[in-house]
Amino acid sequence: MKDLMDKIGFPRFIITVFLIGLILLAVFLKIPLPGLITDILVRFGMNAILVLAMVPAVQSGIGLNFNLPLGIVFGLIGALVSIEFKLAGFKGLLVSILIAVPLAAIAGYFYGKMLNKIKGQEMTVGTYIGFSVVSLMCIFWLVAPFKSPELIWAYGGNGLRVTVSLESSIGHILNNLWHFNIGKVVVPTGLLLFFALCAFIVWVYNKSKKGLSMRVAGSNEKFALSNGIDVDRERIIGTIISTVLAAIGIIVYSQAFGFLQLYNAPLYAAMPAVASILIGGASLHKAKIVHVIIGTLLFQSLLVVALPVINIISEGSMSEVIRTIISNGIILYALTRTGGEEA
Amino acid sequence: MDLLQMKNITKLYTENRVLNQVSLSIKEGEIHGLVGENGAGKSTLMNILFGMPVIHSTGGFEGEMLFNGRSFLPKSPEEAMNLGIGMVHQEFMLIPGFTITENIKLNREKTKPTFVSKIFGERLEKLDLNAMAKDARKSLDKLNMSIDEYLPVAGLPVGYMQFIEIAREIDKSKLKLLILDEPTAVLAETEAAQFLDIINKLSEMGISILFISHRLDEIKKITDSITILRDGEVVKTIETSEISIADMAGLMVGRNIEMIRKKKNERNAGDEYILEIKDFKVNMPGERVKGLDLKVRKGEILGLGGLAGQGKIGIANGIMGLYETSGTIIKNGNKLPLNNPREILHSSIAFLSEDRRGVGLLLDDSIEFNIGFSSLEVQNKFLKKIGPLNLIDEKKIREYALKMIEELDIRCTGPKQHTRYLSGGNQQKVCIARALTLEPDLLLISEPTRGIDIGAKKLVLDTLVKLNKKLNMTVIITSSELGELRQVSDRIAIIYNGKVGGILPPDASDEQFGLLMAGESLDKVVN
Repeated sequence: MKDLMDKIGFPRFIITVFLIGLILLAVFLKIPLPGLITDILVRFGMNAILVLAMVPAVQSGIGLNFNLPLGIVFGLIGALVSIEFKLAGFKGLLVSILIAVPLAAIAGYFYGKMLNKIKGQEMTVGTYIGFSVVSLMCIFWLVAPFKSPELIWAYGGNGLRVTVSLESSIGHILNNLWHFNIGKVVVPTGLLLFFALCAFIVWVYNKSKKGLSMRVAGSNEKFALSNGIDVDRERIIGTIISTVLAAIGIIVYSQAFGFLQLYNAPLYAAMPAVASILIGGASLHKAKIVHVIIGTLLFQSLLVVALPVINIISEGSMSEVIRTIISNGIILYALTRTGGEEA
Repeated sequence: MDLLQMKNITKLYTENRVLNQVSLSIKEGEIHGLVGENGAGKSTLMNILFGMPVIHSTGGFEGEMLFNGRSFLPKSPEEAMNLGIGMVHQEFMLIPGFTITENIKLNREKTKPTFVSKIFGERLEKLDLNAMAKDARKSLDKLNMSIDEYLPVAGLPVGYMQFIEIAREIDKSKLKLLILDEPTAVLAETEAAQFLDIINKLSEMGISILFISHRLDEIKKITDSITILRDGEVVKTIETSEISIADMAGLMVGRNIEMIRKKKNERNAGDEYILEIKDFKVNMPGERVKGLDLKVRKGEILGLGGLAGQGKIGIANGIMGLYETSGTIIKNGNKLPLNNPREILHSSIAFLSEDRRGVGLLLDDSIEFNIGFSSLEVQNKFLKKIGPLNLIDEKKIREYALKMIEELDIRCTGPKQHTRYLSGGNQQKVCIARALTLEPDLLLISEPTRGIDIGAKKLVLDTLVKLNKKLNMTVIITSSELGELRQVSDRIAIIYNGKVGGILPPDASDEQFGLLMAGESLDKVVN
């Protein structure tokens, strides 16, 4: 028992036990399991790329990227532009990404430059930069020169809606690609494949010389310096990749969700992503793709199963409260363990 | 009469027998030396004597201890301290922001009652700083320290901190036995000499001293008797006057170590210069180089010696460009760029840092990765091309690492083992292997044997000499241990105040080296 716990790690053990308990309860309460599993698969695909954005950030030494909203707002801009030009389907998705990526890369470059000036405090500063960016963009959403009636308020005038429906543009486009049923479980093949593609790119980069330099710069700055690596440059590269992944991540998230959420919605987007990768077994100095997969799966399953179960056995929105306590508790636990643990 | 007797102490950590039937006794007022390689069981023995919790949480120990004729089984350090045992640790236990007085009297403060304390009890009494300062002064005077007792500890030289630690121990009125764990490891040679005088003085005051050190010459000079430990067993207990340093080293390691330098064969050091450094300045904190000129011959081993803080460490770091540097570096007729580590690595120079664990290794990565990384990064070795991508060829790294592990005899469980879990000597070998992978013609190595036990030391030094001879590699070796420099170098440059004080052959007399280190000019030294 103790060996097993050492092997999979204390937080993962607790969460797995909790999750299994919930699933048993769900079966007991006659909540249909196929529906839950479908939800888990979809939510996994939706969120995994945002979690994946943490990997290059940790590897390059800037720690967990609490400034995910920076990339997210550019992803939103990409999606908005494609809707403005009435693009739909895969053309819309592709254009959204093509617009979002260079913008996010530029923003990531400057953010990386800034992080090099505040080494050691990246996570605190990142959190507040994220908050500031979201607030700044609130003004932008109000004055942005979009004209499409789908985007602006129904009564006309200036400013974008709080939530923009993607039904007529890129909604569910990846989810419905090559999807098939196993019994009553729907497998969103396109969504999962798209994540697999992103993960594969990050994995290949990790195995390349450039990725290795970045990882070494992140794990021991002095060692990297004495081997002729430009540490500041590697940190900027890591920040750029992370920001770009965040931008792509929110486009994928939105198409599965069916809506673009503007204004304050990106404010806390970093928290679930951070929680997921930490649950997956990453630390502030080490993150791998397997952490992303395990963490996202556990975190999202918890979310999906807890909601109906706890809503049935208790009054009100207890499920949300409990989930928040657990996810933030995990962040806290992981941050106190600077060494992290092996996955 | 024996103040302390430890009889047949046996200690097991799970299945692992770290102490086996160890007996040790110390007379009153005696200085007793405890000698042993790293891992011989010295620390465990001290932990038992000092009642450290780690002993009791791992199942206690077998055996008997008598202190002052009475049975003695401390369950906590506090208990040991109350009986009059003091310990000065290898790492300082001082609070930097507090004054010397406050540090000396920590937790034994003198207090005066106040209005508040009369109501709420004596824990709220006011500190009597004057009385405390007087006590501190008394202890400092005993150590011949003229330093102001009101100074804060932060920023004091390392040597002073050591003395303050001792002052704190002797301030305890009941002190009967003082344990010193490698007290001179952090001291420069002059400070160490002063320190040893004080130890003598303490012993005259009737305090027994248990002295643990790697420096055998110190043990020989200062102790009355010696216990030598090897692999958890007592090899010998003997009066110091009856044993030579060479015998001590031999017993400690279990094989005979040649302490005297072998007569060297003719080396292939020509008159050609491989490296010329002119007006070289390095802004490395604590080790500044201030306008140094130095020429290095092709194929030689050049030693850089000198006292701590004089700038010898700064030279290699400066050449690598790890700290802000100015001046000129010329290698084989080409001027090298400053502050550009990558270019330096491209110029066939390899560097092994004095901070092996901090700069020299990725502790949480595998041995093979540590060995292969530098040349992968700098020279694009160990890569395979797949389409437009340069991927890492893990198979090639594995093959190469296995070859190096065998060649340098790195003791490990395999190429996948993380370097954190290797011993100091094997870590150094991994560093050397990494440097060799770069195929340099100039190797800069700093403090090659720091923190390595005496057996492994010889292996590391032998490796360096072998590389120099076989591959005709020029080596610049920076070390605080003069003995080691004299063992391997062709010439030794003594660095004083950021410049070359003078260059001596390794067989120059101790006196000449000593004078150069103290800043005398070379003319004066030779005459």
